[in-house]
Amino acid sequence: MAGQTLYDKIWNDHLVSTDAATGDSLVYIDLHLIHEVTTPQAFSGLRAESRAVRRPDLTLAVADHNTPTEGQQLGLAGVRDEAARNQLTALTKNVAEFGIEFFPMGDPRNGIVHVVGPEQGRTQPGMTIVCGDSHTSTHGAFGALAHGIGTSEVEHVLATQTLRTRKMKNMAVNVNGQLRDGVTAKDLALHLIALTGTAGGNGCVIEYRGEAISALSMEARMTLCNLAIEGGARAGLIAPDETTFAYMRGRPSAPKAGAWELAERYWRTLYSDSDAVWDVVIDVNAADIEPTVTWGTSPEQAIAISANVPDPSEIEDLNKRAAIERALDYMGLEPGQAISGTPVQRVFIGSCTNSRIEDLRSAAAIAAGGKVAEGVRAMVVPGSGLVRAQAEAEGLDEVFIKAGFEWRQPGCSMCLGMNPDILAPGERCASTSNRNFEGRQGRGGRTHLMSPALAARAALSGMIG
Amino acid sequence: MKAFTRFRGTAAPLTDQDKLMANVDTDMIIPKQFLKTTERDGLSEGLFYELKTLPDGSRNLDFVLNKPQYAEAGVLIAGDNFGCGSSREHAPWALLDQGVTCIVAPSFADIFFNNCSKNGILAVVLPADICDQLAAQAGGSNSVFEVDLEQQLIIAPDGSQHHFDIDAGSKEKISTGMDDIAMSLKDSAAIETFENKRKLAAPWLEWGQ
Repeated sequence: MAGQTLYDKIWNDHLVSTDAATGDSLVYIDLHLIHEVTTPQAFSGLRAESRAVRRPDLTLAVADHNTPTEGQQLGLAGVRDEAARNQLTALTKNVAEFGIEFFPMGDPRNGIVHVVGPEQGRTQPGMTIVCGDSHTSTHGAFGALAHGIGTSEVEHVLATQTLRTRKMKNMAVNVNGQLRDGVTAKDLALHLIALTGTAGGNGCVIEYRGEAISALSMEARMTLCNLAIEGGARAGLIAPDETTFAYMRGRPSAPKAGAWELAERYWRTLYSDSDAVWDVVIDVNAADIEPTVTWGTSPEQAIAISANVPDPSEIEDLNKRAAIERALDYMGLEPGQAISGTPVQRVFIGSCTNSRIEDLRSAAAIAAGGKVAEGVRAMVVPGSGLVRAQAEAEGLDEVFIKAGFEWRQPGCSMCLGMNPDILAPGERCASTSNRNFEGRQGRGGRTHLMSPALAARAALSGMIG
Repeated sequence: MKAFTRFRGTAAPLTDQDKLMANVDTDMIIPKQFLKTTERDGLSEGLFYELKTLPDGSRNLDFVLNKPQYAEAGVLIAGDNFGCGSSREHAPWALLDQGVTCIVAPSFADIFFNNCSKNGILAVVLPADICDQLAAQAGGSNSVFEVDLEQQLIIAPDGSQHHFDIDAGSKEKISTGMDDIAMSLKDSAAIETFENKRKLAAPWLEWGQ
């Protein structure tokens, strides 16, 4: 029998049954994370059918997408947007009715769902994790099979603690050698998406492998796996190792002494066998990767910061040419111009991609002693209340405030602009988030994705580069 | 879930500069400000909001679904990787609310594709050149398309027939409008057996206890 990939192993360990007629499998879910935006209709569905939540104890709720990043101490009454307040109120009622643990807005443990899970030690190797949010792929950094689902599937998981699904293909992304100094997981992720395209991973679970991956910290691994979905993959995975175990040890929900040894023994079996069979293999030389930013309106439209944006007249494929013309027009860029030197008016440091303590340290190291350029508004939004507290304990808040950054309360914030943090039409933003789609951060807003260090540099100089 | 078996009516091509748009993301299908609802209905108001309105909020008369001959379109024809990005199920809900029950594209993003199947929207994958041919014939009110799930066929206004693949399980589910949860709950015994096994093999995962 051929060897198994890490994905094969986790899949097999969670397979409840397979329906011969439909080809669907029921896969058991170890952790179901929920938030206010993609759950109200699921709870209404349960109520309409008089169904219970099968395992409230394996479900954890946070409020993050809608929450304002100031005035959280005022509670729901302080949420000025009525629709957002209704949705947050609905979540509060739903978790109480169905007995689900909840870290509400203002609780120090509250924050972006994909920051909270790992931080609490809920996210563990070998688990299956789902959430009604596409960036659930983040948790793959721990060697957990984790991906986003729709609201109908949220309802299904609440009712059955399983997901009705099909096995995906195995894709290996080998990142050989070492990343150069100053090149981060964000640069690597954007480089990979530019290489394979936003649909390159469709139908696959990607496992990131190789020397450069082993060398990444947990925060960096989370950034990389977070962006697996932007490459079209259902999930990203990294096999757990000493770095993973060291990060997890002592976290509130990590196994306690005794149980830890048992768990670790299992976690150490979670790797792809040397004779595992891969459906797709991509090899990348880490040393070739430069600091990378997006120029367009899709994460695949990314280039090295030293490069020029494309010139559509040089593109032969007429569909691609039209897409590039549309993106350049939306972004207000000239064909073939250098990306470096492009002025920005806004800077956003935050999101489930880059709002962890290491991200804030890296931005603060650039910001230290500097001043945000005139005409630029820069925001730092920590990923959780605990990240915020840690940063404050390290004095990072003072560094940012002194340099002229706004120091905010945690949440998804301007990554998707469901709360009041949005771009005005035409405003250009250096952003550490994950999507540069048209209108993503506000109608007419222009988003350039980049690492926290590059975003902090853009804040000080007032331009990309 | 409403079943889908066949459709006869008009189709709307989602184009920019006469090319089918690739990578249409779910933020484009329904922007964030429409996600604050706690209902599934009434979302067509937000469908393609930033394409169908001008920045001042007035209607963009150039947008395909604003043209009277496409107002009733039940089929949408799009480019590669349709529905990428956010997992928001509000996207298929908004399409359904608009009356779109079938989408034809060379490829779909994974989560969106799943979300369609849970809502009785038929997502048909056809080669890019066929999608272009269909888009060219989507002339509005007098250009009638037929979609036949049983036969797995799309019949274009020019009479050409295009076979599409769909796995037997999805076909069965979409054509009967089956409730996934009811089906899975029939497997409760298997779920319970798995849970008992899990408790012994991985006791550290039982937080509540």
